Amino acid sequence: MTKTDIILLLPLMIVGGTSVVIMLILAFFRNHALTAGLAIMGFALAAASIPMIAPLSPRNVTTLIVIDPYALFYMGLIFISGMAVAALSFPYLEMHEEHREEYYLLILVATLGAAVLVASTHFVSFFLGIEMLSVSLYALASYIRHSDKCIEAGVKYLILAAVSSAFILFGMALIYAEIGSMDFARIAARISATGVHGLTLFAGLGMIIVGMGFKLAVVPFHLWTPDVYEGAPAPVSAFIATISKGAVFALLLRYFSKLNIHAQPRIIVMITIIAIASMFVGNLLALLQTNVKRILAYSSISHLGYLLITLIASGPTAVTAATFYITAYMITMLGAFGVVSILSRPERDADQIEDYQGLAYQRPWLAGIFTVMLFSLAGIPLTAGFIGKFYVVAAGVNSGLIALIIILVINSIIGLFYYLRIIIALYSAPREAEAIRVGKTISGHAVLAGLLIVLIWFGVYPGPLIAVIQKTIQSIL
Amino acid sequence: MILAWLIIIPLAGGLAAWLFEKKNALFVRWTALGSLLLDSLLLAFGWIQPAFFTGPVNDPWMIELNVPWIPQLGINIHLAMDGLSLVLVALTLFLGIISVICSWREIHDRIGAFHLNLLWTLAGILGIFIALDLFLFYFFWELMLVPMYFLINIWGHENRMYASLKFFIFTQAGGLFMLVSILALYFINGKATGIYTFDYSLLLEVDMGPKTAFFVMSGFFLAFAVKLPAIPFHPWLPDAHTEAPTAGSVILAGLLLKTGAYGLIRFVLPIFPDAVAMIAYPAMILGVIGIIYGAILALGQKDLKRLIAYTSVSHMGFVLIGIFANNSTALSGAVMQMIAHGISTGALFVIVGLIQERIHTRSIDRMGGFWSPAPRLSTVGILFALASLGLPGFGNFVAEFMVLVGTFRVSSVITVLAASGLVLAVVYSLWIVQRVFHGEPIEPLSLTDLSAREIGMMSAMAAAILWLGLYPLPVLTIVEPVIDSIQQYSVL
Repeated sequence: MTKTDIILLLPLMIVGGTSVVIMLILAFFRNHALTAGLAIMGFALAAASIPMIAPLSPRNVTTLIVIDPYALFYMGLIFISGMAVAALSFPYLEMHEEHREEYYLLILVATLGAAVLVASTHFVSFFLGIEMLSVSLYALASYIRHSDKCIEAGVKYLILAAVSSAFILFGMALIYAEIGSMDFARIAARISATGVHGLTLFAGLGMIIVGMGFKLAVVPFHLWTPDVYEGAPAPVSAFIATISKGAVFALLLRYFSKLNIHAQPRIIVMITIIAIASMFVGNLLALLQTNVKRILAYSSISHLGYLLITLIASGPTAVTAATFYITAYMITMLGAFGVVSILSRPERDADQIEDYQGLAYQRPWLAGIFTVMLFSLAGIPLTAGFIGKFYVVAAGVNSGLIALIIILVINSIIGLFYYLRIIIALYSAPREAEAIRVGKTISGHAVLAGLLIVLIWFGVYPGPLIAVIQKTIQSIL
Repeated sequence: MILAWLIIIPLAGGLAAWLFEKKNALFVRWTALGSLLLDSLLLAFGWIQPAFFTGPVNDPWMIELNVPWIPQLGINIHLAMDGLSLVLVALTLFLGIISVICSWREIHDRIGAFHLNLLWTLAGILGIFIALDLFLFYFFWELMLVPMYFLINIWGHENRMYASLKFFIFTQAGGLFMLVSILALYFINGKATGIYTFDYSLLLEVDMGPKTAFFVMSGFFLAFAVKLPAIPFHPWLPDAHTEAPTAGSVILAGLLLKTGAYGLIRFVLPIFPDAVAMIAYPAMILGVIGIIYGAILALGQKDLKRLIAYTSVSHMGFVLIGIFANNSTALSGAVMQMIAHGISTGALFVIVGLIQERIHTRSIDRMGGFWSPAPRLSTVGILFALASLGLPGFGNFVAEFMVLVGTFRVSSVITVLAASGLVLAVVYSLWIVQRVFHGEPIEPLSLTDLSAREIGMMSAMAAAILWLGLYPLPVLTIVEPVIDSIQQYSVL
């Protein structure tokens, strides 16, 4: 390992180091604000180090990790999202009487796992990343220990994530048995050269796709999603919906762009079915919900369905579209869950639609932000969600996937119903006796304001971001 | 830059109105009015610039602005104005000013937010009329939806939730299909020429097979037919128009419907001449069905506002016929109809608003004999009812006459059927006059007559519709070159 290698690992080491520092400090004394501040600072430092090391990339650091512009872009996204989650968690945890400080430790480790994932080139780092991410999330999902729902969410997540990890492990073993390598590049080269032949290889790939399907919560591997999103603390749901999914998808994207996917009809059929099912199931089931967190859960299932179209489309436009979409999606989901988390009360999260009735009259600022976030999810202009959806449709049309795009359009229309249902509640007459609402927090509002600015910035003037994305994806094409 | 300011001023005015909401209600209203007046001044200023008259002969655009926006995708902020855009922008600003004035007394609840939404809707509509980049066009197309949705949803009448939802989903659905078509056009052009662009003038030259052209065209047609509205895409209209506040109804009927017609003229006719020739008859038949269906349903309404909403369906049928008859007389007539209908129906909605402000109902059963307590209100009411039935001397007559003359050259059957709509228009218009303004009062009511503000507003609209009817030449002259250039693409 040379000096350059170590410098290139700086962002990962900063995040890891911060968690160690926090752990050591916790051994001596506890202070919630200090811990949260340290975590936020760690994320900020790690994110700030990325532009500094960018000129040294791309470079393989050991056989396990590659630091290329693509990985760095996603790391930046993940760290900034991690920072937003930490800042949103602070007011949320202030209301609860728990040991609050370890929470940030878990957030840091989970984020580190996600960052390893987007840079991994090998089964070992892939599995390591996914386990760091998942194990921390088991604990985070059930962090509010006096809440039954929360414990339930944690246990559900534990069982299903463990099952999916088992699938991934078994798949890896099968692929290794067949190809004799655990290096992604070699596996991809071999598959591109000879195609998916033989039961072992096909089963191995299938199992990995099943495992990743669980992590991405696409249909039919989505059953855990609404329950976990509903039960977990709102900031943790935000984490699962954004960082966890974003990182897994980034990894998928990296290796799909290396495979010559159009020579693999079986894989295309598999992903097409998953995409269509995710869009329809996500949107149709969201219509039936009255719980805002569950609506957002189903909405995220359908968004992943849209994203899968870019995997099938493949090519530079599709990869750019996917990366832009993930960026927009992460900003939006963080914002939406941010509003939920700020409005939550110690007894329960603000997750019923009635909780939002008349919010525009009592808390116009929060209602305004929530409106913009929902419009972004629905893909209405002036928001990044619009450009993202536009880009995905463009990628699909470019590759001639007209049928899939028509399905996307139909689903966008279905989606409008439930987004507008929340918006209608926001602007209808407020209920009596519900005037007291908690949620006066500086850090939470600062995060929301930042997300709002970025969301509209990327929605109105996306050129610079697209330019950056186009440059970074060069490294994986 | 004038064109950019045209859009920026209402956007900024809306924000200012919203920020100063707490200070002073009058200030908010004057800010909104002031920004629209400023916009009109700007338009007038652009109009009298010498380049307007003498501009280069080959360049059809009077003023143009073209700056890169998202260069990676070939998206530009390309705004330009020709005669067609000019008259529609003028109409937008005129009705915008009317809708601010007619809300002066009607809206008290959160007026800052109200004017924000009002001005942003107008900005979106202005953008549609001058955007020459298809992405930008789509951007404005979607942009105007959201504030309009809120106008109906927050300040509307009893059934506003349902109406606003229906409005949003219908128009958004149409818009998404148009998006797919725009992108198809973009990639077909890009793959053929190597230039990936959303620019209108370059996409005009796209070559496609007839089948592709038909499918791409149908995405556009769907979006525009929903807005227009053409049967069977109209169900959103009666609800949205009825439930919207007066200003919302004026903008919906006067402007939003026109964006659909504008899109057909600007995009569908020149880009897809062959496909247009293929669907011309079906489209004209839809227009005829619309004319008759709208008129018959108007006869059955008990709610005055709903009645007028259905007459819109009927009147817009003429626009659809005129566009797809696709000769210069019929097209000029369609454009005239867009303007005349915008003013006359807008005025009728204002009148319903005035009546509702006074007697708190829109039910025709509870109206009658308004003439004696409120002669001025009744005079303008009758005036616009007559304009709506197409009496010579009003703009609507000129428009419908030209459409029928133009259509006759294409199909006499369609002309005859469309003309029968005029008879039905006489029936429902005179029915309004009889039931509302004449006869004995149903119940004793004290009806205050129009105030000075209301008289000013109504006489401006009356003057406009009479001007269009008596001396339509300026409008026809300014639109003519645009129609000629669109005709060049026609295959008929």
